[in-house]
Amino acid sequence: MEAHSSEVFVIGLTVFFLACIIGYYVVWSVTPALHSPLMGVTNAISSVIIVGAILAAGPFGHDTSKIFGIIGVVLASVNIFGGFIVTYRMLSMFKKKPKKDKKD
Amino acid sequence: MSANMVAVLYLISALMFIFALRGLSHPESSRLGNIFGIVGMIIAIITTLMFKSVLSYVEIGAAIIIGGAIGTFIALRIEMTALPQLVAAFHSLVGIAAVFVAAAAFYDPASFGIGKVGSIGTSSLIEMSIGTFIGAITFSGSVLAFGKLQGTVSGKPIVFKFQHTINALILVLIISLIVIFVINQSPSIFWTIVIVSILLGFLVVMPIGGADMPVVVSMLNSYSGWAACGIGFTLSNNLLIITGALVGASGAILSYIMSKGMNRSIISVVLGGFGGEQAASSVGDNSDKIVKQGNAEDAAYIMKNADSVIIVPGYGMAVAQAQHALREMGDILKKEGLNVRYAIHPVAGRMPGHMNVLLAEANVPYEEVLELDEINHDFPMTEVSFVIGANDVTNPAAKTDETSPIYGMPILDVEKSQTVLFVKRSMATGYSGVDNELFYRDNTTMLFGDAKKMCEDIVKSLA
Repeated sequence: MEAHSSEVFVIGLTVFFLACIIGYYVVWSVTPALHSPLMGVTNAISSVIIVGAILAAGPFGHDTSKIFGIIGVVLASVNIFGGFIVTYRMLSMFKKKPKKDKKD
Repeated sequence: MSANMVAVLYLISALMFIFALRGLSHPESSRLGNIFGIVGMIIAIITTLMFKSVLSYVEIGAAIIIGGAIGTFIALRIEMTALPQLVAAFHSLVGIAAVFVAAAAFYDPASFGIGKVGSIGTSSLIEMSIGTFIGAITFSGSVLAFGKLQGTVSGKPIVFKFQHTINALILVLIISLIVIFVINQSPSIFWTIVIVSILLGFLVVMPIGGADMPVVVSMLNSYSGWAACGIGFTLSNNLLIITGALVGASGAILSYIMSKGMNRSIISVVLGGFGGEQAASSVGDNSDKIVKQGNAEDAAYIMKNADSVIIVPGYGMAVAQAQHALREMGDILKKEGLNVRYAIHPVAGRMPGHMNVLLAEANVPYEEVLELDEINHDFPMTEVSFVIGANDVTNPAAKTDETSPIYGMPILDVEKSQTVLFVKRSMATGYSGVDNELFYRDNTTMLFGDAKKMCEDIVKSLA
């Protein structure tokens, strides 16, 4: 049991460090003009902890864990919808505008 | 669904998130990136809903609809100038959600396959408490940052004696609590960790003042990622670990860029206790110096007769909501044949990229908006620098005065242009409390007044 869990931990650690390195290079390639949308989108995707909240809310019944899970799902959903939508709003402002030369 | 199938779908979801960030390397690919992010999230949620243990679809569906409706409502209504506080508020939700998930795992470990109540594996307990600790700090830190940005809490840094010592002691206390928690697995210790961490979050953000907010917001962005990571380790969920690491790295890099933009060390940023040392900074005696004042007509005349202008926006532009009026002014000048560009300092505004979003909102083409490194060498060849709502980021003292609190901070070299037009509400010093010698130079004309009104008046004078 103990051997198994340490193995799982090491796999997790491997994934963690590789992901940090990917994150490092990907984020440095983000153009500074889009740093605000970057915060918006990272905010939205960090709410992937909804996965954990759904697992807690999953079983039938009404125990403490389930209540925490449901609350977690609500909070994470606010963030997921809010984060992606506000990022979308920001990014649509960075669209290339068709040149309209109104001479007035 | 088999465990392998789940792992593959989670992997696809994680890849989607990586593409979402990758898309932000250019404005044209960024919208596709956002869609990748949404698809990744949908895959992650549906995959989790397919778990055998997940049965209460009604409750979960209702929770998603309620949360989603709130999030949608807020995100659609928010003003772009209020983005920093919105982002801070969202970070606090990630933090508190992480705490709830950790608590759920603690109360019902069997659902997550990490043991039974009272006999959870040691490594799971450690991971769980670290996730809780970071989540709780993110929560309270973001709540306070939100309050400061929104103006409900004073933006002034609150400094008291032994601040660092107290924070360090609290940190030691939390570590001890985690050790006790791992040994006795007591719910009361778990909640004590939560409460003490929440307290620490407040204490870390308390001494940080208004203009340092870009660093704080980035730092909390990073923390929210690490919190997700901690939960990922607890649940042995690679998707959470990958996503948390991406977000953590992103926030850390932004914090680094912001602290470099202010010439501060990343360590002082992580520890949180900065901004305070500036409060006591001395203001030079400039009472005998002469300031040249002008009005909108003068500014219009000067710019009309120039062939190039660089506009330097700062937080004052956001406060005055002047971006639309400013763009209108820029458009007229372009029609007059001027080369009009915008220069953005890394720490202008209250969050990374804040000015870029506001200018984009006002329909300024992003090609005309340049970063410090890209445009700084052009100031000597520029006739007019139009500084609006920025101050410290243009202060030449950062280069010349070793005693200045902002010494060493990279600045926009507006003083090298032929004429500097400086829009400002009053002669008050900038956030750092340092006087700006630029105001007293021969080639500077001060335009006192509200930024928006000033732009509108200049537009009228130009017409």
